[in-house]
Amino acid sequence: MTTNELLPLAVLASSLLPGLVIFTLPESWIAVRTTLNLFGAVAKLGLVFLLLAGVHAGGSYGVRFEVLPGLDLALKADALGMLFITLSAILWLFTTLYAIGYLEGAPHRSRFFGFFSLCVTATMGIAMAANLFTFFVFYELLTLSTFPLVVHRGTDKAMKGGTIYLAYTLIGGTALLTGIVWLHHLIGHTEFAHGGIASALGGEYAGQLKIIFLLLIAGVGVKAALVPLHGWLPQAMVAPAPVSALLHAVAVVKAGAFGIVRIVYEVYGVEFAQSLNLLLPLAIIAAVTIVWGSFRALFQDDLKKRLAFSTVSQVSYIALGVALFGPIGTIGGLVHLVHQGIMKITLFFCAGNYAETLGIHKVSEMDGAGRRMPLTTLAFSIGALGMMGAPLTAGAVSKAWLMDGATAAGMDWAIWVLWTSSLLNAAYFLPILWRAWFRPVPAAWPEEHIPQRGLRETAWLLLLPPLLTAAMTLATALFADAAITPLAWARLIAAREYVGLETP
Amino acid sequence: MSDPAFQPLVWLILLPLGWSTLAFALGPGRGAWTAIAGLATQLWLAFMLAVKVGAGGTAHAGPDSPMGTAVTHQVGGWGAPLGIDLAVDGLSAAMLLLTQSVALPLAVYARSYFKTGDPAGVWFWPLMGFLIAGLNALFVSADLFNIYVTLELVGLAAVALVAAGGGAQQVAAALRYLFATLVGSGAYLLGVALLYGTYGTVSIATLMPLVSADAPRLVWIAGGLMVAGLMLKTALFPFHFWLPPAHGGAPAPVSALLSALVVKASFYLILRLWLGPLQALLPAFAWLLAALGAAAIFWGSWQAIHAVKLKRLIAYSTVAQLGYLFLIFPLLTHPAALKAGVMQIFAHGLAKAGMFAAAGVMIKATGQDTVAGLAGTVERLPVTLFAFGLAGMTLMGLPPSSGFLAKWQIIEAALAQGHWIIAVVALAGGLLAAVYVFRVLRQAFLLAPEGAMAGGVAAVPRALEWSAFALAAASVVLGLRGVELMQLLGAGA
Repeated sequence: MTTNELLPLAVLASSLLPGLVIFTLPESWIAVRTTLNLFGAVAKLGLVFLLLAGVHAGGSYGVRFEVLPGLDLALKADALGMLFITLSAILWLFTTLYAIGYLEGAPHRSRFFGFFSLCVTATMGIAMAANLFTFFVFYELLTLSTFPLVVHRGTDKAMKGGTIYLAYTLIGGTALLTGIVWLHHLIGHTEFAHGGIASALGGEYAGQLKIIFLLLIAGVGVKAALVPLHGWLPQAMVAPAPVSALLHAVAVVKAGAFGIVRIVYEVYGVEFAQSLNLLLPLAIIAAVTIVWGSFRALFQDDLKKRLAFSTVSQVSYIALGVALFGPIGTIGGLVHLVHQGIMKITLFFCAGNYAETLGIHKVSEMDGAGRRMPLTTLAFSIGALGMMGAPLTAGAVSKAWLMDGATAAGMDWAIWVLWTSSLLNAAYFLPILWRAWFRPVPAAWPEEHIPQRGLRETAWLLLLPPLLTAAMTLATALFADAAITPLAWARLIAAREYVGLETP
Repeated sequence: MSDPAFQPLVWLILLPLGWSTLAFALGPGRGAWTAIAGLATQLWLAFMLAVKVGAGGTAHAGPDSPMGTAVTHQVGGWGAPLGIDLAVDGLSAAMLLLTQSVALPLAVYARSYFKTGDPAGVWFWPLMGFLIAGLNALFVSADLFNIYVTLELVGLAAVALVAAGGGAQQVAAALRYLFATLVGSGAYLLGVALLYGTYGTVSIATLMPLVSADAPRLVWIAGGLMVAGLMLKTALFPFHFWLPPAHGGAPAPVSALLSALVVKASFYLILRLWLGPLQALLPAFAWLLAALGAAAIFWGSWQAIHAVKLKRLIAYSTVAQLGYLFLIFPLLTHPAALKAGVMQIFAHGLAKAGMFAAAGVMIKATGQDTVAGLAGTVERLPVTLFAFGLAGMTLMGLPPSSGFLAKWQIIEAALAQGHWIIAVVALAGGLLAAVYVFRVLRQAFLLAPEGAMAGGVAAVPRALEWSAFALAAASVVLGLRGVELMQLLGAGA
């Protein structure tokens, strides 16, 4: 095996193997478990950077195994996949650090970190899948490995959330599988390719291809929480905070959004999808989701649920960008895939900090939290402002590209959707910030677990990850035009997807 | 044959007979180690045989014998029509491999499961030996009467294994099972007699060219009787009545053997008749069988979803999973359908053995046999629960597992022939399986009620947990590498 074949496998193995070992570790072996966790996360990051450099230089990395005659489990690292992989690898390291701090002293940590590692492995597999079959294998693996994390606490409420999560994702998976087998039957393979593979079929298949598109998008739309398939996401909030952070920023919803990108660009091909009139309905569903998610977020008093509805809304920015026919919208959608991840993980880390430190779970309990926990609240504020699309944050960059993309595609209504969403975002985030910074500190916190010691407002492992991701939120915007940023990478992808079209 | 001393297919029958006789001679409850050693050798033999068939099969197949065999043996040097012919093609080699692969971990499991002096385990080893010998002989028999003999051997050994538990319920279940298996093999024998009366032979190879669609009515009746008898033995809906009490009531290693292997033997025979001597007649029944299979999927899943007892749930899941096997009959003109069927046989065989084994551990450890009694087991028995989850993955047909490959192939074969309805049934069946599998997992993940586990979970030997795990893991790993198995099927055919 050559290095170009081994590297993608090593990226998978760097979380799979530590995960499998961790399962077998006794609960009390904290040092070994932590070392393995961090070793896996750091090793993965290193491998991903190696891969990133290689792909940037134009190298091709991939490996395939025959599962059945004519059916391959195939991995490849291309520019689009690397965007998702890099995001996941970086955020996995942060989430691992955070989870170590968050779960200190909690029961069942071996089980937690074992499934956590499996989750990341599945995410990497989704990003590197070279065909729809492989994509589906890892997509379902992600469903299965997140279930134990959602129900981790073992309460009745956790079970209810977990069951709803499963019902949505398994039914979605069935739709996805139907579409994939159907496509495989028509074309004979399901390999991803620039410009798509579906256009090879003649015009007489247009009707079937439309139904397949519906099945595929419905399948991935469940994880991407497209309205009306979003019902599981707020329910899954019963999970511990690192899981919410990982599910919402990285793994599950992004896997869905990433699936939409792959299906539109590399299965159907954006131009072919446009010729079948498939992009406009997708854009409309995305727009409805953006507005509906933001609207529902307004009425949530539970902090994590408000963030969850915010996720419903924000993830559809990606779908909207994809559905805007033209390279500028594509860049906007792709860059938001990364930016939303960074911002939302910051918010969930902070929400976890409030809950762990002071027992704050509700927006109405946030009064004065900024004085007690200034650094956490600072990070939270940056994330929230980013979500609103305030200048100098990552959110502003995504929004600017999306709006330009809408103009370029001649879909001016999408601009209004984005503005409405920004206003709604402000309406549900600003009251939180106002409460936290300007309302007086209450006599007692709901349940103070971690007392203040000097500057240390909470455990360091809880504090550092959100500060780092908040800094990244600013950095990706300030240095947006530098050579190695999510934006630069998204432009590289757009240049490769729109073959023969002028890209900015 | 090339090497008379090395005749794996003969040794595959003689070895289990040998160790079962030895176990009988050693006395009650003994003989576990000889059985394990014997089964390990058999596994090696079956593997060698599969390699041999896989390598030489394509070269030997003549154009005039679509089911031409790759490895044959004439017992005592007497060929048909006087003597007994043994023959192995890709399909039988695959079944032999599955039988030994499931039986070996289950033997390790049973050794720990039956403590010395456990009345249920007294005659386990001799009976298991007879069962395995019967199964192996069935898969290599080349004539229909010989198959009847092996069918009876398997059926009687299986009934005895169920009855060995000794409880009133088990004996009642065993009697019901005995009735079903005797009626089933009786109908089969009647069919064989009618065929013999018409054509004067019971050899599969000789019958092949003789039976055609314009055969006399008697031959049609014979075919119908044989298939009906085998359906009863395979517990195809609505003939499944005997299965849940027998499989649900027997000790765990016995349930595992019965669900994983015994019901597959009669299915294998239907497949064998279908592809072989009765290929001109049976396709007329294709949609009837598929419809019953679909009904089995829905009815079995429905019962599993509502079962109170854990092993009853798993037994009904077997009823449902057997339904998938029958979905392939209308599709058999497409080569993917046979592959889907065999993949499903493997998937269900390994996964269900693992699942019953895991259930046995849970029941032993918690002392409760209901699903509700499982709360909190995830903390006490993580390996067992993981095994249950992996086996469940296969049964749900989720990737990466052999069950998924089976589902994929069946859907693809259905789409290729435009039989939408079969694809829809297979997909719906997967979702229903998810409901009953997660019903168990959910319960296991729940926090144990305060004080309920105060007595603690009884310690279980590690061999029990890990042999269950090995079976379940095998069903998943096969889903990552099914190429060789699928190629083996093509060999000798």
